Amino acid sequence: MADPDIRKDPRKVVYRYAYRRAADQDVGRGARHPVVVVGAGPVGLVAALDLASRHIPVVLLDDADRIGEGSRGICYAKRTLEILDRLGVGEALVARGVTWKLGEVYLGDTLVYGFDLLPEDGHKMPAFINLQQYYLEKALVDRVSEVNGIDLRWNNRVSGLTLHDDCVELTIETPEGPYHLQVEWLIAADGARSTVRELIGLKFRGLTFEDKFLIADIRMAADFATVRRFWFDPPFHSGQSALMHRQPDNIWRVDLQLGPDADVEEEQRPERVLQRLRRMLGERDFELEWVSIYRFNCRRLDGFVHGRVIFIGDSAHQVSPFGARGANSGVQDAENLAWKLAAILRGEAPATLLESYDVERGQAADDNILHSTGSTDFIAPRSAAERRLRNAVLGLAPKAEFARRMVNSGRLSTPTIYHSALTTPDAAPFAGSARLGAPVPDAPLETRDGSPGYLLERLGGLFEVLYVSDGRRPNTPEDVKVTVIGEDLIDRTGLFAARFDTRPGSTYLVRPDQHLTARFRSFEGDKVRAAMDRALGKQ
Amino acid sequence: MGKLITASQFPDPDAAYRSVIEAHRGLSAEASADLDARLVLVLANHIGDADVLAEAIALAQASSEQS
Repeated sequence: MADPDIRKDPRKVVYRYAYRRAADQDVGRGARHPVVVVGAGPVGLVAALDLASRHIPVVLLDDADRIGEGSRGICYAKRTLEILDRLGVGEALVARGVTWKLGEVYLGDTLVYGFDLLPEDGHKMPAFINLQQYYLEKALVDRVSEVNGIDLRWNNRVSGLTLHDDCVELTIETPEGPYHLQVEWLIAADGARSTVRELIGLKFRGLTFEDKFLIADIRMAADFATVRRFWFDPPFHSGQSALMHRQPDNIWRVDLQLGPDADVEEEQRPERVLQRLRRMLGERDFELEWVSIYRFNCRRLDGFVHGRVIFIGDSAHQVSPFGARGANSGVQDAENLAWKLAAILRGEAPATLLESYDVERGQAADDNILHSTGSTDFIAPRSAAERRLRNAVLGLAPKAEFARRMVNSGRLSTPTIYHSALTTPDAAPFAGSARLGAPVPDAPLETRDGSPGYLLERLGGLFEVLYVSDGRRPNTPEDVKVTVIGEDLIDRTGLFAARFDTRPGSTYLVRPDQHLTARFRSFEGDKVRAAMDRALGKQ
Repeated sequence: MGKLITASQFPDPDAAYRSVIEAHRGLSAEASADLDARLVLVLANHIGDADVLAEAIALAQASSEQS
């Protein structure tokens, strides 16, 4: 990735792309496409790439011609990195990002709680990286141009839509005037202020928090350790909270709570921002890269699927940033949807399979909203009594372990375990860290010729059976790929065996999104077939 | 309901009550409320059972409604 052209007013362009006329604009009533994705942010880009990897052509529309405007995520969690790796950009992003695992929480200037995400050995991807969102978007846009099947159209703004039983009709504005498209499935990845959502008239359910927060990225050559630092009531920002977190290129994210009564105009004046940062950073040299004032929402749509329109990411649900659950959950929405939609479009699954997207990602949204609301309530208590209890926890934290575990400066994103009708319940007990309805845990596995690698990078995005060698070669259904552990791939470290609680003959069925959907103590073709049908919604 | 013990457990209930009172003696309303908040958290953790805690909260709420 090339270094970006970051201007002094960094709300503006980082990378600019050109509008190009599409042949569809000359088709009167509108060309017809199987899938249109609205919004080329991280979530829309991942959806398009995942669908294209499954040979589904995608038209991807974005109302801007640039990357870099607006608010920006920085923390990318392990599951997101695994998805990005499957799509071909994970390794480069990890190399570009700052890998971190340590956190510190202060009350005043006293350290009350430290955490270590303690990533297990034997996973390809780290627990977290920090990376400017524009680098992620740039990598994904570059990848779009490397793969076949994605028509990315900048400066294409959806201005109207009509819902039909068999398609959605779109009106799209361009610099050369409007045109029409007919689309079998419309994926709305157009963010918190989703145009698609507004055109359909859907409402959110949930909370808006009154407290305002100043978010700034600063450029500073500092030798601080790579630690997420969070302060309650720090000496430099009395009565409020503060966060500081490292990004690549000597950029630091600073987040300062301003309270409910802050004046948004006044607080964004550079002199005012610099004064606040000066109190925090002392005489150190720094430059302001980007500033914004936020209020947080924790809310969701009741349903994520409306006929032929499917909402993913912030258009479907929003959380506060404490916990890194925004972009991370959106990327996981995209992954959950892509294989299901591809199976429906290929005629391999009934359209009702989409109900499982709504159920599974609805569970994830509820989980994320619950955690995010808890963190926001702790950071910005809603009443004097809540503040009193919060301060009681902080006061007890240095003296009592139980209170340290209640300190909540953000519960960091981990994948939700789906309780899903697609999953085949266990008939026999399994120990280990693998869970039905969760992404399979990674583990190092060598090929037969001794070249190293990892389980997740060996899973190709199809339904796959992992079969633990017992000397036989199972007789499998034609369309299921079988990998024999102990023959095709060698578990030299024993970590696969421990994480999956294997015995000779143990059989694991993995979904295209790398979630464990069934497991058996012995291979029986009809049971594997039935579990796969169930996972495809063909009950 | 049923896990929360509401039968008297202290051999000397007066002494138990007195020890809580004495912890509050001389404190401002503010400091007193802070102490209670910490005490609630310490005791809740000692109980360590979410069902019992929920019953205790319900009992405390019901008592307030009657008064």
